[in-house]
Order: sequence, then C-alpha cells, then structure tokens
Amino acid sequence: MSTYILKRFLQLIPVFLGATLLVYFLVFSLPGDPIVALFGDKPVNVAVAAKLREQYHLDQPFWMQYLLYLKSIFTFDLGQDFSGRPIATVLGEVFPVTARLAIMALIFEGVFGIVFGLIAGLRKGKLFDATVLIASLIVIAIPIFVLGFLLQFTIGVQLGWAKPTVSSAATIPDLILPAIVLGLGSFAYVLRLTRTSVIENMNADYVRTATAKGLSRFQVVRVHILRNSLIPVITFLGADLGALMGGAIVTEGIFNVPGVGNRLYRAVLSGEGPTVVSIVTVLVLIYCLSNLLVDLLYGWLDPRIRYDS
Amino acid sequence: MTDFITLDPPAAPAHGKGEIVLEVRDLSVDFGVDKKWVPAAIGLNYEVRAGEVLAIVGESGSGKSASSMALLGLLPSNSRVTGSVKLAGRELLGTNEANIRAVRGKDVAVIFQEPMTALNPVYTVGSQIVETVRLHNEVSPEEARRKALRMLELVELPDPEKAFRSYPHQLSGGQRQRAMIAQSLSCDPKLLIADEPTTALDVTVQAEILDLMRNLRNKLDSAIVLITHDMGVVADLADRIAVMRRGLIVETGTAAQIFHNPQHEYTQALLAAVPHLGQGGSDSVSDVDVTAALAAATHAEILSIPEDELLRRERENAAALAAAEAAKPKGEPVLELTDVAIEYPKQGRVPAFRAVEGANLVIYPGQVVGLVGESGSGKTTIGRAAVGLLPVAAGTMRVVGQDISAAKRNGRQLHEMRRHVGMVFQDPSSSLNPRLPIGESIGEPMFLAGVAKGAELQHRIEALLDQVELPRDYRNRYPHELSGGQKQRVGIARALSLKPKLMVADEPTSALDVSVQAKVLDLFQNLQKELGFACLFVTHDLAVVDVLADRICVMQRGRIVEQGTRDQILRNPQEPYTQRLLAAVPLPDPDKQRERRELRAQLLSGAS
Repeated sequence: MSTYILKRFLQLIPVFLGATLLVYFLVFSLPGDPIVALFGDKPVNVAVAAKLREQYHLDQPFWMQYLLYLKSIFTFDLGQDFSGRPIATVLGEVFPVTARLAIMALIFEGVFGIVFGLIAGLRKGKLFDATVLIASLIVIAIPIFVLGFLLQFTIGVQLGWAKPTVSSAATIPDLILPAIVLGLGSFAYVLRLTRTSVIENMNADYVRTATAKGLSRFQVVRVHILRNSLIPVITFLGADLGALMGGAIVTEGIFNVPGVGNRLYRAVLSGEGPTVVSIVTVLVLIYCLSNLLVDLLYGWLDPRIRYDS
Repeated sequence: MTDFITLDPPAAPAHGKGEIVLEVRDLSVDFGVDKKWVPAAIGLNYEVRAGEVLAIVGESGSGKSASSMALLGLLPSNSRVTGSVKLAGRELLGTNEANIRAVRGKDVAVIFQEPMTALNPVYTVGSQIVETVRLHNEVSPEEARRKALRMLELVELPDPEKAFRSYPHQLSGGQRQRAMIAQSLSCDPKLLIADEPTTALDVTVQAEILDLMRNLRNKLDSAIVLITHDMGVVADLADRIAVMRRGLIVETGTAAQIFHNPQHEYTQALLAAVPHLGQGGSDSVSDVDVTAALAAATHAEILSIPEDELLRRERENAAALAAAEAAKPKGEPVLELTDVAIEYPKQGRVPAFRAVEGANLVIYPGQVVGLVGESGSGKTTIGRAAVGLLPVAAGTMRVVGQDISAAKRNGRQLHEMRRHVGMVFQDPSSSLNPRLPIGESIGEPMFLAGVAKGAELQHRIEALLDQVELPRDYRNRYPHELSGGQKQRVGIARALSLKPKLMVADEPTSALDVSVQAKVLDLFQNLQKELGFACLFVTHDLAVVDVLADRICVMQRGRIVEQGTRDQILRNPQEPYTQRLLAAVPLPDPDKQRERRELRAQLLSGAS
C-alpha cells in the first residue's frame, strides 16, 4: 500500500514538469508585449521598460526564462507579480477562497446529487424520477453564466435572500449562492450517475439475495445498494474537486469572488507568466492529489480492486 | 463434524413420512407486459414434506423459477401472484410485508444459481452470514460470529476462519456456493429453495455440492425444492419430481416413476434429449457402461451391484473395446500440435501467464476431437490459439499445413490460414453483431475473403441458411429477434461459410436448453458428416463429446492428461483425473446414479 502511494507521488514529478513547461510556453507565446501594456496609454519610458524586462527575465530566451522560473520554485521564491507583491502571498490569498468555494460546491452536489439520484433510481419511471431527470437535463443544457446571472438576479437582487456579490472576506454565508451555481452542473451529473448505478444494482443478484435473507427494504437499500452504487459516484466527485477549483473562473467573475479564477484571468490578460504558471501548477497538483485520493477511496469501497495483490 | 464428511450409505427416500412443510394450491403467476397479463405459471399444485426433495424440472421459460420465487414474494413489482402457499399451515400469500420478511431467510431460505454474483462483492462472506444470523436471532455479534463459523464448517469449507474473512471474489465458484449454502442454512430453515444450485459449476464441483446437499438433507431434515433443468442432478437428489412446461405442471411422480415410466410425452421427450454419457458413439451400437468401466479400471467393488453381475458388465465392456478397433486416420493432419505451450502475453504489470504446457494433439481430416476439461484447464486457450488468436510460446503448431508457431507468425500467413478455419463461439448472443442482419453476419467472411460478391454472395447465404435449417427470409432479421438455438445455427452457418477444413467449436451448446442443445448437436453432427470438415470441439460436458467425438482429449491444469479414442477413454480410462471426471457426471437414472455415486465415493477415498 505505502509503495503504491510512493509510486503515485513519484508520478507527480513528470506531471509537474510537463504542466509547468506547457503553461509557461503558452504564456510566452501570447501576442503583445506585457511590459508595453503595463504603461497603458502613457508613453513608454525605455529605461524603465528595460529594467522591468530584466527583473522579470523577459529579456532572456524561452529556455532560460523557464529554467529561472524552476529555480525560483525550488528556492521557494516565486518572485513578484506586476504590481510588486510576492506571488506566494497572492497564492496564499486566493487559494483558500477558491478552496472554500469548491468544497462547498462539492458538498452541495454530493449530498443533493446522491440523495436525489438514489430516490429517482429507486422510483424509476415514477413522477419524481421523470421530474428530476428533466430538471437535470435543463441544468446541464443551460450555460453556467446564464444560470449564474439568473440566480444572482432573482435570489440576490429581487428576493434579497443572499448578497448578490461576495465581500472581500469571502465568508461561508457569502459563498453559498456562488457554490450552488458552481456545483449545479456537476450536481446534475452526480444525480444521473447515482440513478443509473442504483438501477443497475437494484437488479443485481446479491440484492435479491439480501431480500431473500429477510432484510427490510430500507436495510437492503442502505447496506447493499447504496455502498455499491457509490463507487462510480465517488470517483466522479474526487475528479470533480480539481475541475471545480480550476473551473470557477466564470462563477467567480459573476459574483466577484476574490479567488483563483479572478486572479488567473487578470494574470493571463496582463501576460504575467510567473503568476499564471504558479497558479496553474498548484491547480495541477491539486488535481493529481484528488485523483490519488479517489483511487485510494476506490480500493476502500471495492475490495476487488485493493492494491495488495 | 467428521460425521458430515463421510458419505452416508444410500438412504431410502424419506418421502411420505415427514409432515407437510409446504403446500401450494392453485398458484398462478402473471407478468404485466405492455398492459397485458402474460402467464408464467398456471394453477400449480404441489406439496413438500420434511426431509423430502421435490425437483421442479423444466426448460427456460417454463415458469419453474418464477413460481418458486413467488413463494417468497421475490418477484419484481410488475408481477401478480394468486392462489395459496401454506408454510407449515400458515398462509404466505397476501400477508403483509413484515410477516413475509420474518419468513424469508428464517423459515424459508434460498440458494441462487450464480454463486459469482449472488453474494455482495464489497462485504466479507462472514459479515454477510452474520448479517443473516443477527437479523433473525437476538444474539451478540460474538455468538453470531461463532454460528457463522460453525455453518462454514458444516458446508465443509477447508478453512472456515479464512473463508469467514474472505471477500466473495477471493473464493472459487464451488467455495462461494458452499458459503451461499452456509448462509442459507444459518437460521435452520424448514424449507430450502435451491434455484439451479449447480448449473454454473464444473462437474466435479457439482458432484461435491450435490453430496453436500444430500448430507445436509439427511442431517437437518429440511424440505428442499430443487429447481433445475439438469436431469442428472434430478436423478442424483430428488425424491419426487414435478415436470413443468409453459407454466403448467405436466407430470408429477416419484423419481422412479418419472425416470422409468414417464407418462407425458413432454417428459419422455425431455428425458430423450438429455445427452447421456455412454450413449452416443458413431460406430458402436451398444451403450457404454461407464460405471462398470470405471470399476474395472480402478479395481473398485460396488456394494449395490452383485459381484458376478459387475464382473459380467466389466467383461462385456472389455469385449466392446476390443471390437471397436481404432480406425486408421488418413491424409495430412489438419491440426497438429507438438509440445505446444501457450501464454497470455504480459500486460502492464500483470506477468505473462502460461495457460497450456506441452500439448500434443493431432486432428486428421474428417475427424472430430473433443477437448474436455474443467474451467481453467486451458481447453479454450488451445481453441483460440488454433485460429491464431493467441500466440504459441513454445513448440510447433501446424494448422491446415501452415506453421503458425511464434517464429513464423505473420499477418498474411494468419490471414491465409483463417480462410480454412471456422469458429463457433460459446455465447450465441454476444458473438453476433447486434447491429447487423444475420444474413450479413453469415456473408461477411465470404465478402472479406473475396470469395463471393453481389448475387452470388446472396445465393451462398441462402444456401447456408438452408444447411442450418433456418428459413431463408431470416437473413434480414437481427440477432435479438432470434432464439438462442437459432442464433447458434447462425453462428454455425457463419463458421461454415468459407467451407473450412477445420472447425473450432468452443462450447457451442452450453448456453442452450437440453432439447435445443440436442437439436443443434444433431444438426452439427449431420453437417460434419455431410461436409467432412475436421473439428476441434471444446466443451466441459463429457456427454456432449461422447455424442460427437471420434477422439477425446482430457485436460487438467494446462496439460492434456489423457487422450484416446472415445471408446478408450470411456471404456478404459487410465488417468485418475479422467476417472474422477467421468465418475462426477450424474446419470439421468436414479438407480444407476446411486451406483455411480458409491463408485465416486470410493475413488475419492482411495485417492486421499
């Protein structure tokens, strides 16, 4: 087991190098000169521009820039963004906000998706099932920014149940509405996945065995159907954590959440290579780790795929 | 517990003595399909007494399973059950859910067909038995655990502690079925419903499970309803038999009555269709007395047969063997294996697995060679390698004159070789493309090989459909519109389409009902005689091989342990494994089966 985890950690090394190189190259290839863009409408001061280029290594060739960036990572000095603040500080500000948002979204989609999916699966073909299926289809079909603005306007502005935008502290009550918007798309997938999986397991032979033992309907569902049905759902949820963290850009934009997405968007626009690469690298690592977690959970839930063999 | 392991002497059937445990009156089951009630069982009447085994026999769709599941309310919600089911005088139909739940698992337990899937894969065997015990008895977890261990010991699992901690996938099929039986018996049920309990198992494992069930019946005095399609199993275990067809019980009687004097024509047809080891054979007229052959080969004595009678049967047998002199094969071999080893190549971290080792085998033109063995013996592996689906790791394999061993293997050669080899697969449902009309499935090999096109192709397809006795207009139908037997006929037509010199048939009839199987085997045999192709017939069923094969190869754990003509193998088996395998095949005749059982017990005790 521990060798398995160690192996998986070693696999992170090429993933890390590949991801940083790729993202660095993409940012490098962006058209336009970021230093010129910094001056905005004002005339470019050649001396200042040259100094800035040197500071951000923009006068170096691509390979040199990348190697210098790698060096800065391993010396724990990520450098500064264009406004002069240490990138490490920036990461420390934005990641907790987005992590909070993503975990809230995950809890929302997990709890509601599994509960609704379970009920729909157990009542296959009934009114509840049909309603939930159509509703989930609608949610999947509508783009997230439409849903976001819709909920922001009705619940935030018209009904006043929640604040339409998030304060700079981004507290948990502030984030409830954005988390729901962020989790809605995945909620529909979790629901459908749970439903399919429950229906499949309801017809399994061991469920018939469980009924023939004399277990009540509730016991059969709780002990024999639910756990077996959750195996694919857990896999999806784990992989989705990474996707939620990186995919929060639109939602964060709508609700003005001071998180990763917002900062990344600004960094891409202004061509701040080191900031972009730093954020993306952390996202990649989170993605890899959540996948590792899923694989371990998988083995725990399903003894057939334990790693001891 | 040692008294469970020794075999009880053949006990006189206890029927008519115990009190009535289950009384079924006018039981009808309907399924709602497209807003109409389709009957699955109509007006069934039967009763089972304590210590008695009632076998309900029928083919798929006869309603035998549906009516038995109805006893416990285990049918899906689109079903309707009417009539009366009394368990020890208490009505079960129409009582509330709580009452029926108290009966399930406690008074009436069920053993299901598929031990692979009938236990929940994510819980240990022990915890599933403990769950049953604690559900119906107010006991501490520790007591329940001890009870579960006792049950696992009762069903003769070699290491009950280990089995208790194991997950279902860590046990073999036979062990899983034992665990399932342990779970069923854990609350001392009055009635046990066994739904095809041995169908998914190998013959030797099947024989062990049947022994186990007979012992348990004698010890526990439960009533057993045995649902099966296998007449051999019925002959081995049943006291009374009910024969079902299309939802009706067509005949009931004691085992002796049904087997020796069947009244209804369906019962007669069913008994005639059962492939019966020793009955087949192309050149010999008389049946092979396998029991006597085994007794002679192993120098065993059988108490239930008088000694001079046994000697007479043994002599008769030896004379027949001498008479059936092996016909000399002619021509170039179609398939020739010399010291062949076959491996499943390594995949990622899973190392290569050598499934067959040192196999020698020759098939001459027009010869049918039966390759028999139990699951995991490597018989299918040889079949696959013969059509080039698996590489040969060592030795030489020549197919239709081409050497396809590892060193000389290349795409063009394989392509060329496959034009002379046809293959019929085990599962007719999944080996036909569901999106192609069957005419196209049959024509595809000819089209790909460039043998025929256009009108000529259509003509050939029609001719093939004629050969396998399917109507010509079936060519536009899709596989799901055909029955299992019809689909397998299509599979045979496809394999024949290139006029192969060698046919590899991998368990072509094991998924079919007996009467359908008999017809398909008959067709296959006629086609083989007519077209004269050589055939490697892979099967687990000795009785099927016996009907078809000129030669028989017996495989065990990747090796061919014995081979010879059909008569050599059946009349004079030399290898202990072949003897055990033959002795494990149940005979569809209760008296002969009793002799066979005794012989098998002797073989096993002699071996240990």
